[in-house]
Amino acid sequence: MAAINQDNRGLRLIVRYAVLTLIAIIFIFPVLFMVMSSFKPNLQLLRDTSSLRAFLPVGDISLDNYYDAFRRAPIGLFVFNSVLVTGVTVLLSLFFCSLAAFSFVYLNWKGRDLALTIIIATLIIPFETIAIPLLLFVSKLPWIGLEGIEIGWLDSYHVQIIPWIADGLTVFLFVQYFKDLPGELIEACRVEGASWWQIYVKVVMPLSGPVIATAAILKFLVMYNQYLWPLIVVQQETYRPVLVGLQYFFQLNITWGEIMAYLTIVTIPVLAIYLVLQRAFIASIASTGVKG
Amino acid sequence: MASKLTTSNRAGWAFALPGFGLILLFIVIPFFFAFYLSLTNQRLVSPNPTEYVGFSNYEKLLSISVLTIEPEVDTAGVVLRDDAGEAQYPRVRSFTRNNPDFPQYDGMREWFRWHWGGTAKVVVATDVVFWKSLRNTLMFVLVVAPVQAALALGLALLVNQKLRGINIYRAIYFMPVVVSIVVVSLLFRFIYDGNDGLLNNILSFLTFGLFEGRDWLGSPDTALGAIKAMSIWQAVGFHMVIWLSGLQTISPTLYEASSIEGASKWQTFRYVTWPGLRNTAVLVIIVITMQAFALFAQIDVMTNGGPLDSTTTLVFQAVERGYGKQDISGAAAISVVLFLIVLSISMLQRYITRAR
Amino acid sequence: MKLGTTLGAALVASVSWASMAAAQTELSLWYHGAGNEAESTALQLIIDDFNASQSDYTVVVESFPQESYNDSVVAAALAGNLPDILDVDGPVMPNWAWAGYLQPLDINEGVIENFLDGPKGYWGGELYSIGFWDAAIAMMSRQSTLDALGLRTPTIDSPWTGDEFMAALDAAKASGDYDFALDLGMPWTGEWYPYAFSPFLQSFGGDIVDRSSYATAEGALNGDAAMAFGNWWQSLFADGYAPGTSQDPADRDTGFIDGKYAFSWNGNWAALGALEAHDDVLFLPAPDFGNGSYIGAASWQFGVAATSENAEGASAFIEFALQDNYLANFSNVTGLIPATSTAAAMTDNYAEGGALEVFFGLSEAQALVRPVTPGYVVFAKVFEKALADIANGADVADTLDAAADEINADIEANSGYGH
Repeated sequence: MAAINQDNRGLRLIVRYAVLTLIAIIFIFPVLFMVMSSFKPNLQLLRDTSSLRAFLPVGDISLDNYYDAFRRAPIGLFVFNSVLVTGVTVLLSLFFCSLAAFSFVYLNWKGRDLALTIIIATLIIPFETIAIPLLLFVSKLPWIGLEGIEIGWLDSYHVQIIPWIADGLTVFLFVQYFKDLPGELIEACRVEGASWWQIYVKVVMPLSGPVIATAAILKFLVMYNQYLWPLIVVQQETYRPVLVGLQYFFQLNITWGEIMAYLTIVTIPVLAIYLVLQRAFIASIASTGVKG
Repeated sequence: MASKLTTSNRAGWAFALPGFGLILLFIVIPFFFAFYLSLTNQRLVSPNPTEYVGFSNYEKLLSISVLTIEPEVDTAGVVLRDDAGEAQYPRVRSFTRNNPDFPQYDGMREWFRWHWGGTAKVVVATDVVFWKSLRNTLMFVLVVAPVQAALALGLALLVNQKLRGINIYRAIYFMPVVVSIVVVSLLFRFIYDGNDGLLNNILSFLTFGLFEGRDWLGSPDTALGAIKAMSIWQAVGFHMVIWLSGLQTISPTLYEASSIEGASKWQTFRYVTWPGLRNTAVLVIIVITMQAFALFAQIDVMTNGGPLDSTTTLVFQAVERGYGKQDISGAAAISVVLFLIVLSISMLQRYITRAR
Repeated sequence: MKLGTTLGAALVASVSWASMAAAQTELSLWYHGAGNEAESTALQLIIDDFNASQSDYTVVVESFPQESYNDSVVAAALAGNLPDILDVDGPVMPNWAWAGYLQPLDINEGVIENFLDGPKGYWGGELYSIGFWDAAIAMMSRQSTLDALGLRTPTIDSPWTGDEFMAALDAAKASGDYDFALDLGMPWTGEWYPYAFSPFLQSFGGDIVDRSSYATAEGALNGDAAMAFGNWWQSLFADGYAPGTSQDPADRDTGFIDGKYAFSWNGNWAALGALEAHDDVLFLPAPDFGNGSYIGAASWQFGVAATSENAEGASAFIEFALQDNYLANFSNVTGLIPATSTAAAMTDNYAEGGALEVFFGLSEAQALVRPVTPGYVVFAKVFEKALADIANGADVADTLDAAADEINADIEANSGYGH
């Protein structure tokens, strides 16, 4: 009997992995295509697209595309700019948005429901539709720079960061998550005389690993893939991010292999961040078992 | 929960203000400015002064009407029929272009028609492309939102198993999200190619050559469907992650309890997992709906709204008009209409979930 | 005390340094060539020479990717952040001049006397921009193809008529040797449509807008000539002569070289690649559908921003850059057509017997600028959509009517665009 059970379990395990792997094949091919194409000369790459060869490292394989891509554009600079802007924005966003969400869920104050309704309504507004008004607005805002007060935020890092710190989605993510946290715990802390700030820092945030990871990766993706906004507020190459840099490769005679090499390079930071944050999903509230 | 607690205006405002203030400043105020623009004749590039024009941008966008046309008859009063026996109708343009008898239809174009009692009822609109983009957007949302949410939940449950190496699968399912949508769209142009695209080649191989190639993006019948399929596939990992973080909030003790009581897998899902995901479900549905309404990049890269407007969407039209055709006020009007539509849908959603 | 004097000295030093620097006025120049090493190097050579040739100005270049250059400039103009010297795409120039982004160009007219018409940007009777080069389109084919199909080789003086052209397509189609007879480049959305295809409409006798007044498209875009063009255009796709809007972009790039198409309607930038692959490639003139043979004209040009406080220096730089040796150098590195015949003689490809010499002739004989009006940027979009719709089977009359209506509504909304 025991042996049969063992076999059953083994078989089930195999089936599970088979299902997981089958699905994985469906999801991995854009990355395979991107990476494999980055090693191929242009004509071969284009011919391969009609068959499964597109996903295999076959034919004339070389690093030429990488070499050419680095000659065509200051890739290091673009990646640096994007990582800097994205990193700072994500950190500030996590702080401000979780703080606001904390207030919406745990605190009772005048105007709270209206403010939350407004924030959720902003989820509906596609950025494309407010880009021009926002451009006109930030071009009139003052900034204290090295040479005193300047008017206009154009051509800088802060113009790419500050307008993006707070957004409805991140606040909403935290709000929905906080609602699931045990209220009794917070009330107990209040009774023991903890300040709201202490509860936020020492109780709520340590329990929020999964949502912090989720919010961080989602915000990271949005920020790292910025295109329209930096395009209209940044004129100097010094501040350009990766997707604006992608345009360097769309010349009259497009070398698709170089584009794929460029995209492979710029995708690495996103993948790295995801893999790092993935750990946070495991270090979750579930394992602490506080939820009643 | 908060209602049980005492009012704390000072702390409440202090905590919410930085985030709320930034949102007001950089999203809400520009949106109100966009609304103001929709009431003017503002152009993107122009030396002419901006003028207040009231609701005329909305009027142009929303004017729609039904035109009834009688079939053509010969001198004896017999309905003219073509070779297939179908009744012949006069062209719509004979009513809508420079026809002083029908000033109410001037400049309108046919959207679609149906036949009724020997006449043709033609729906004509001033801005047919807008109506088509509205229809496409709604069709996209109606399919993508539920399918993507369900698939994402399935994937989340799948990768929430305690298996060795499960992290690798989680990472792989997330990969299409990591790759920029621009790349994914380019790739699918190759895959969907009508001549020797990968999809056609695979389908032909699987059916032993029975399947005849289709021009997926080149035909109005399949283009939007092809984009729906790609969009679902591309972003499903994104929502899997949100479901996954929701799954983590469910205490393992509940699962232990249900396993002790001998609950089946379905029962466990129905009575433990699903109730624990309520807030996450609201979140996922709202996020997917918002994202689906904002459909733009795929269209821009893959079809430019074609063929024959079968894939054009509201946001694509807003961008095309505002930036391409320099009609900022017309684009702003589309954004406001989109905003009002989504707002009413989400209020309806809220009303329904409350009623339960 | 000591600190004070040191500081004072430093201050004096920095002030004098600053005033010295001020004597050399900085001229900012925006260019669309980011990512194009050859063009950037050719431009930098001119800038270095100019900076060394005089002591009043220093030109500093900021490069933008071509795809998004116009958006960048419009955004910068809205925010009041334009440079001194701008480069501008020829057909877009009237829009920017009308909107007050550009000021008339103050250069010696004698310098541009022998320029091709395409690179000269006039609006409202004044010169606003000037280009180093032009681009041209030809019907690419191969001698072996013409021989196999038994076709005569058309020349600039005696191009194919519309019927001859259709007979050529029929022959190619009937041969069964090709996926399609003709490759038009349908996946190249955007400016390609009006640039490459509106000359066909003009050859039929129509136009995007009535050029005598620029007040209406009625009659030009939906009259009898335009209807004939529209029906012909639709037949190219309906009858299977050419792949439609969903053509694989890869096929556009490699299909002609791979022998999938007998004819390819493509620009001179693709010519060298084709010649590398096959040595019998021909660059044939546009067919004449009854009203002459035309190809599009005008490419990127330079102008001076209206907000520039150093218009004199900016103009001086542009005039300096128009020397034949620079035009020739630009052509050598980019493959584009130099703006003067004297420069052409100095180039590798456009000199007598050069591989691309034929394009200079095409440009000289057939080039017609796109409608010179601020509204062109909008009309181009309307035209593009109309052509895509017709290619996809939309009713020709309805589509052209709708396009004419949209253009007329746009002209009205812009109070006639200042014509």
